[in-house]
Amino acid sequence: MAEEGSKSLSVVYCGVCTFPPEYCEFGGTLQKCKDWLREEHQSLFDKLYSEDALAKATEGLSLEKQEKIEREIQKLQAKEANRAEKELQKKLASKVVVKRVERSKRKHVIAVSGLEVFGIDPKKLAKTFASKFATGASVTKNVEGKDEIVIQGDVGDEVEEYVSSLLEEKGLDSVKVERTEDKPKKKSQS
Amino acid sequence: MFKKFNSKDDIHSRTNVKSSVQRGLKSKLIEQFPKLDNVIDEIIPKKGQLVVVKCTDKLSLYAMEHEVLFYQQFDDPFVPSLRLVHKFPEYFPSVKVDRGAIKFILSGANIMCPGLTSKGAALPDENFPAGTVVAIFAEGKETALAVGKLTMDTEEIKKVNKGIGIEVGTYLGDGLWSLELE
Repeated sequence: MAEEGSKSLSVVYCGVCTFPPEYCEFGGTLQKCKDWLREEHQSLFDKLYSEDALAKATEGLSLEKQEKIEREIQKLQAKEANRAEKELQKKLASKVVVKRVERSKRKHVIAVSGLEVFGIDPKKLAKTFASKFATGASVTKNVEGKDEIVIQGDVGDEVEEYVSSLLEEKGLDSVKVERTEDKPKKKSQS
Repeated sequence: MFKKFNSKDDIHSRTNVKSSVQRGLKSKLIEQFPKLDNVIDEIIPKKGQLVVVKCTDKLSLYAMEHEVLFYQQFDDPFVPSLRLVHKFPEYFPSVKVDRGAIKFILSGANIMCPGLTSKGAALPDENFPAGTVVAIFAEGKETALAVGKLTMDTEEIKKVNKGIGIEVGTYLGDGLWSLELE
């Protein structure tokens, strides 16, 4: 939208917390934000974080109040860091399950679950699978109430390969892709 | 409003806006924000395709090129998105809050009157009637941090100085801010 003669201002957004840099201090990742800003926008960094600017910002506040605010911000940052850590742990601990379900004696469907943790949109992936394998693929809720992709046809190997390459792209090489097999119980004969 | 906004569950449909409707929309926007008259063609170019994204609670987002410009709940006035306010700050009515209020606004609180009347905060000299959509700036900061709707006249805020003065619609870091329309 920023064409010539435009009246709009362009605002720099922090690459870490997406806020305008002025507000980074209220996010939980101030340290990372600062580093980012120093790399990308030196002048802005100087303006915001130089000694002068800091002195000015704290001018109107009493020392006690200032300390309190600082403590609170630190607390928040610790919290945020913890949260990020936990999330990463969770990501590494979870795995993608590729399940082969028998439909009839020699026909199978493949159910892929456990994708949501990695920020993969199941609907889109289903669509890619559908066009890739020229079969039907849909997103359904499984027994645990989570999304899973059901692909018609016995394409487990290809799916596994594709999913692991997808994860690798996201830098999550250590995530396991597990294969399981599931046979529905035979119908009791009447 | 967007504290618990989830792009997966809350977005229902996405449709292109007809150009005739788009024109009507533009005139309505100018009516609401008279200052926008000069720049409306830059915000919504004549040839651009506006997209309306319908969400839960009769909420519609108006987006162009994957960026939300305005939102509207049912028949309420339009509310500009923060990114738009950042681009065109002086074209919207604005108020300023003190530094102490920033923290609370960024966690989604409404703005209480004392935050608008204290030293460091600033209310405009002219009177805005209740219901005006205002951009909210902060003491010592250049960019807006929230957009909200006045619940009382600015004169009344100065007089009463108690309770909620602005209902915050969208703020930095909320669901609308982090929403990505691909």
